[in-house]
This record gives sequence, C-alpha cells and structure tokens, in this order.
Amino acid sequence: MRKLLKPKILIILAGIVFGVLAAYLVKWGNPSNMGFCTACFLRDIAGALGLHGAKAVQYIRPEILGLVLGAFVAAFAFREFRSRGGSSPLLRFLLGAFMMMGALVFLGCTVRAPLRLAGGDLNGITAIGGIIVGVIAGIFFLRKGFNLGRATKMHAAAGWIMPVLMIGILLLAIFIPSFILRSESGPASLHPALWISIIVGLVVGVLAQRTRMCFAGGWRDLIMVRDTYLFSGIAAFFIAALITNYALGYVHWGFIQAGTPEAAQYIAQDNHLWNFFSMGLVGLAATLLGGCPLRQTILSGEGDTDAGVTVLGMLVGAAFAHNFLTASSSKGIGANSEIAVILGLVFCLILGFMMREKTA
Amino acid sequence: MIEIDVRGLSCPIPVVKAKKAFEDHPNEPIAVLTESAVSKENVSRLADSRGYSVKVENVKDGFRLLLTPTGRK
Repeated sequence: MRKLLKPKILIILAGIVFGVLAAYLVKWGNPSNMGFCTACFLRDIAGALGLHGAKAVQYIRPEILGLVLGAFVAAFAFREFRSRGGSSPLLRFLLGAFMMMGALVFLGCTVRAPLRLAGGDLNGITAIGGIIVGVIAGIFFLRKGFNLGRATKMHAAAGWIMPVLMIGILLLAIFIPSFILRSESGPASLHPALWISIIVGLVVGVLAQRTRMCFAGGWRDLIMVRDTYLFSGIAAFFIAALITNYALGYVHWGFIQAGTPEAAQYIAQDNHLWNFFSMGLVGLAATLLGGCPLRQTILSGEGDTDAGVTVLGMLVGAAFAHNFLTASSSKGIGANSEIAVILGLVFCLILGFMMREKTA
Repeated sequence: MIEIDVRGLSCPIPVVKAKKAFEDHPNEPIAVLTESAVSKENVSRLADSRGYSVKVENVKDGFRLLLTPTGRK
C-alpha cells in the first residue's frame, strides 16, 4: 500500500475518514461535539466497570475496544505486532492518570479539542492553545535529554494482554452482566448501537495504527522539527469534521458557557484559565509519554505493554477524577480541578527535570 | 562511522537523537540502529528533510539506517 499511496496522502485520507466518522457518530447517537473522545470514552468505561460512581458517565464505549482490536489486527497483518515493554511503566501509569485528569477538566482529549472546535465551540481554541504550550514544554525536556528508558522485547504473552482484555470487556458490553453499570441519563446514555460503535472503532483503529496518527505528536513534530506528516492528519480530521458538521447542521459558533442548557447538551464549560492549563498538562504529559491518549490506546493493541499500562493509568485517573471531584461538568470545573491540574503539572515538571540521560 | 542506538526508545527520542547527531556531526555519514518500523519511518523522514540519503538494512530484530549527507537541502 505504501508504494501506491505516499504516506502523507494516506494519513490525510485517514484523517478525513476519522473526521467524517467523528461527526456522524453524533448523528448515530453519541453526545453533541463528542462523536469521539478517547479520554471521555475511557472514563465512561471506567464507570461501567464500577471504578467510579458518577451515574451520568457509565457505559462501555465500544469505540475504544474497536481502537485496540483494530490496531491489533492491523499490526498483526502487517507484522508490526511486537511484545515489548519495560520503559518506566510505573511512571507511565501515573503520567496516563494525570493526562486523563487534565483532559477531564477541559472535558475532552487531544482529539475532542479540535472536534469541539469543528462544532463551533470556541473553547476548543483555548484547549488547543494549552496543548501547544504543553507540547512546547515537553519539547524543552526532550531537548535536555528526557528519556523514560528503553523498552525491550518481552514474552509474546505480555503483548496479548490488552487485546484480550478488550475482547473480555467487549463480551461484558454484549452480555451486560448485572455488575456492569449503565447510565440511564446523561452523556453516557447517549450512544449508537453497539455494532456501529465497534465497527467505527475498528476502522479508526486500523487507520490510526497504519498511519501512526497522534494528536499531540502532530503539534510536537511541527514545532520541533518542522515536520508536517502527523499534523496533516490532525488538520484533515478537523476540516473533514467541520465540513460534515456543516452538512449535518451541527455547527454553532461561540464559547459554550458553563451552566447553560447548551453546555449540558454539548458537555462543555468555559473556564478559560483552567481549560488552558488542564490541556497544557495533557500536552506535556502526552509529549513525555510519546503519544496522545489515542496513540497510547493504539500502541496498546500492538503489543506495547508500556502503552497498555498507560491506558490502565488513564482508566484509574478517570476513576480518581470523578471520585475526588477533579472532573468538570457542564456546570463548571470540579471542586478539586485546580489542585489536580497543579499536582499533575508539578509531577510532569519533576519528571521532566529528573529523568534525564546522564550523558550531555 | 557515527553509530546511534535508538532501539526501544519512545517517540520522538529517536528523532531527537538523530537531529542532535546531524547537528553535532554535520556532513558525516551516520548509522542509526532501531527496532521498530515507526522509528525507522520517523528518522528516515527527518534525514530526508535534512538532505541525507537513507539506506535501510534489515538486521536482527530491527533496522540499521545508513544516513549519508548528499549536500542537497
């Protein structure tokens, strides 16, 4: 395929498909401006599994399961599935948790930020600004030699854990035993039929794995080495989502304000200062991790157990976010959002300064 | 020949190290040892954009990229 299509054309096509699907997922049942959000969906899964008790956000989002399984199938088919790990897994777990906590203050991940903007929600601009500044901070540490250490080959079984776990969760989603929680109202009660979500997830999983799509790396490479490969995926995604939203009548320009019915529908809040800082945390953590939440999810399907641990950290971070009142809602930021973001930033800064290679 | 081993390093550290090698040793050929298709692609893309020709050798559990400055920018 690589001989037929230049890689950049492929990632642009993939971005377009992803953007169109992300817009259509709203038509098919997902909440407004939330056709796709890696963070929110992992949070919903955490809720369904009983890790948190926020009744409005408990549902096994098959899109996430599809991402991992699609990545697994694509990696396997193209002989890129490799069981590996050992690069500071505990630190990655915590980075994943803080990255999630940051995303849940803004109410969106690195994918949902441009997606919200593609629905006209200008809070997306604040978020993207934050991501860019966080990425710049991450680049500063990378240039100074920040390194979480080498991952090495692991026993094959290790790499299979995340895909098998996702199959297990898929079975829970299909058979819905009594211990799986499901929101009857609120954002997680809004979703397409399972088969639609899983197919979209699989398609995006395959495309994202093949093209290495990353919604933090795009900004990072643009700034760090003036490389536009990954960024063209983000841009294609945004433009395709915007055009599709226009076609579907879903675009409403403005800063969606917390406490309004619009905020409740679009699951947004407009605390500009903390939207900026929380996404700064997400951008910084993603850069230190080597990939945004979407990318981590994809990598976990390829046998990367460090990414697997990061995804588990994101699940736990989502649980903390709701249990410890650090997550925002459409009414505004959470009671403990500010301290969570500050702690996360402090953690990342300490890590950034400490985890440096000894040689110059 | 300057040899850089970026096996097992997270994105974008292979690119960061390659970039540093280009800056520290301009106009010299550089060999980069990597274990993944992704870092092979990323380093190749950087090298190409900096005017290096890229020759990829398959080695055990990875790739050895031979980057040779061509003088073009």
